[in-house]
Amino acid sequence: MKNISPDKILFDVEKIRKNFSTLNSKVNDKPLVYFDNAATTQKPESVINTLVQYYEEYNSNVHRGIHYLSNKASAEFENSRLKVKDFINAGFREEIVFTRGTTESINLLTYSYGDTFLNEGDEILISTMEHHSNIVPWQILCEKKKAKLKIIPITAKGEIIFDEYIKLLNEKVKIVSVAYISNSLGTINPVEEIINEAHKRNIKVVIDAAQAAPHLKIDVQKLNCDFLAFSGHKVFGPTGIGVLYGKKELLEAMPPFQGGGEMIKNVTFEKTIYNDLPYKFEAGTPDISGAIGLGAAIDYINSFERENIIEYENELLEYATEKLQRINGLKIFGNAQNKASLISFNLDGIHPTDTGMILDKLGIAVRTGHHCNQPLMDWYGIPGTVRASFCFYNIKEEIDILEKGIIQSIKMLR
Amino acid sequence: MESIEKIQEEIISEFELFSDWTEKYEYIIELGKKLPLISNEYKNENHKVNGCVSQVWLNSEIKDGKIFFTADSDAIITKGLISLLIRVFSNQKAEDIINSNIEFIEKIGLKEHLSPTRANGLFSMINTIKTEAKKSLY
Repeated sequence: MKNISPDKILFDVEKIRKNFSTLNSKVNDKPLVYFDNAATTQKPESVINTLVQYYEEYNSNVHRGIHYLSNKASAEFENSRLKVKDFINAGFREEIVFTRGTTESINLLTYSYGDTFLNEGDEILISTMEHHSNIVPWQILCEKKKAKLKIIPITAKGEIIFDEYIKLLNEKVKIVSVAYISNSLGTINPVEEIINEAHKRNIKVVIDAAQAAPHLKIDVQKLNCDFLAFSGHKVFGPTGIGVLYGKKELLEAMPPFQGGGEMIKNVTFEKTIYNDLPYKFEAGTPDISGAIGLGAAIDYINSFERENIIEYENELLEYATEKLQRINGLKIFGNAQNKASLISFNLDGIHPTDTGMILDKLGIAVRTGHHCNQPLMDWYGIPGTVRASFCFYNIKEEIDILEKGIIQSIKMLR
Repeated sequence: MESIEKIQEEIISEFELFSDWTEKYEYIIELGKKLPLISNEYKNENHKVNGCVSQVWLNSEIKDGKIFFTADSDAIITKGLISLLIRVFSNQKAEDIINSNIEFIEKIGLKEHLSPTRANGLFSMINTIKTEAKKSLY
C-alpha cells in the first residue's frame, strides 16, 4: 500500500463515476461507454455547479469594476489563473494567458511571436504526428514570412527519430513545436530532451500539451519549455477556455495579438500604451465562466494523487491493448514504448467509419477518421483509424464491452 | 418506372420487417456489398461528394429524359445507404428529383444519418443528387 496524503481522496473509480452524470446515461438504449476522452472529457458535477453558481450568483464583467459583483468575478477569475499557474508549475502568474484553447494559443504565437521574430529563410520544426492545429498556423506563418516548415520523421511505431531530429537542428531553425502526447497514436514524446537539444542551439520550443494536460503532471519549469498550450475542455473544464504559457521575458517582448478592451493601459487616437502581462494578450471580455470553471476542474484533478490516476490509466491501457491485439485482423497504430491511455486501430478490410457506426449503435463512443492528423494518416497510408481513448473514470468492464463490440462489428461488416 | 414516392413506401414497408437495429444494419451492409460498382474512370475528384469522412463518388447520366446514378464508397454502411438513395432517385425525371420530399430515411429509423454534420454525409449526397438534377435542366 502506498502512502497517500490525508487531504487526497482515495482512488475509487465507482465513486468517481458518480461525479459525472453523463457517464450514467444511456445511448441507443445501452449504457454509454465513453471512449472519446482525447476529443473532450466529461465534466464533473463540481465544474458544472461552479458554472451555474457563477451565472446565478455573481455574473459580472471582470477588472476595473467598482461594484461588488465585478470584484467577486475578477477575484475568482484571477484565482483561476493562479490555479493554472500551479497546475503547470509556472514561475509567475503573468505567464498564464487565457485563450479559447490550444488552437488559439498556437495562433497567438504564430501571429505575435512568429510575425516579430521570424525572418525569410528561417526554419520551423514540427513532427510528423502533429495535430492540424500545430501544423496549419505554422504553415500560414511560413507562407507569410517565406520561411520553411520542416518535419521531424517518426518510426512505424510512432516515435520521433531522435537522431533525425538532431540532424534537422541547423542554424536556420528558430522554433521547434511538438506535441507532448500524440492525439492519435498516444505517443508520449521525450519533450525534455527535445527542448534541451533545441536550447543548446538557442532555438525556442513550443509544447502542444492538449493531450498531456489530462494525463501527465506538467512542470514547465522543469521542462524549461518556452511556450506551452493546452485546452480546458480536455482536462474536465468547460469548452472555450484554454491556456498559453510563455516565459515572461518572451511574452514581454511580443506585441499584442489582438487589440481592444482589457489589453490597454491608456488609449489616445495617436497612441495606445498596452497593458501589462498577461492582459496585453487578453483583448475583450474574456471567457470568465470558462476560466472559473477551469479553476474548478483543476481543483477536481488536485483532489487526487496524480500518480494514482496515471497508474490506473496505464492499467486500463495495458488491459485494453492485451484484449484488442488478440482480435483477429485488428491492427494497432502507435506502439510507442512510452504511451498514453489511448488505442488507435483498424480492422482488416473494414473502413473505420463503419466500425464507429456499429460501435455507436452499441452505445460505445469512439472517434473515427483522421483525428486532425491527415499528414500522419497519409504517412501510414490509411484513411483514418478508430480511436478509443481512456480516462481515469473508465473501467475494465467497459473495455470488455468494446472488445465484444469490435467482434460484433467484424461479424456484421465482413 | 415507379414514382419516387412509391419506391420510398416500398422501402419503408421492407424495413418494417426488421425487429432490431442489427437486422436493419445487416440489410444495409448487404445492399452495400451488392451495389454495382461505379466505373473506375469516375472515381476521381470531380465525382467526389464533399462532406463525407469516407470517400464517396457519384456519377450521373441522362438517358431518355431521365437521370441514372451510379456511386461508390470505401465504407460499406455508407455504400448501403447510397444504394437506397440510388434506388429512389435513379431512372427518374430531373423535375421529380428536385421536387421530391425524402421521408424514408427518417421513417426507417435512420434519422441519425441525416444530420448535416454526420460523418457519412447522407445529407451531402442528397444535396449532390438534387444539384445534379438541377444542372441537367440547363
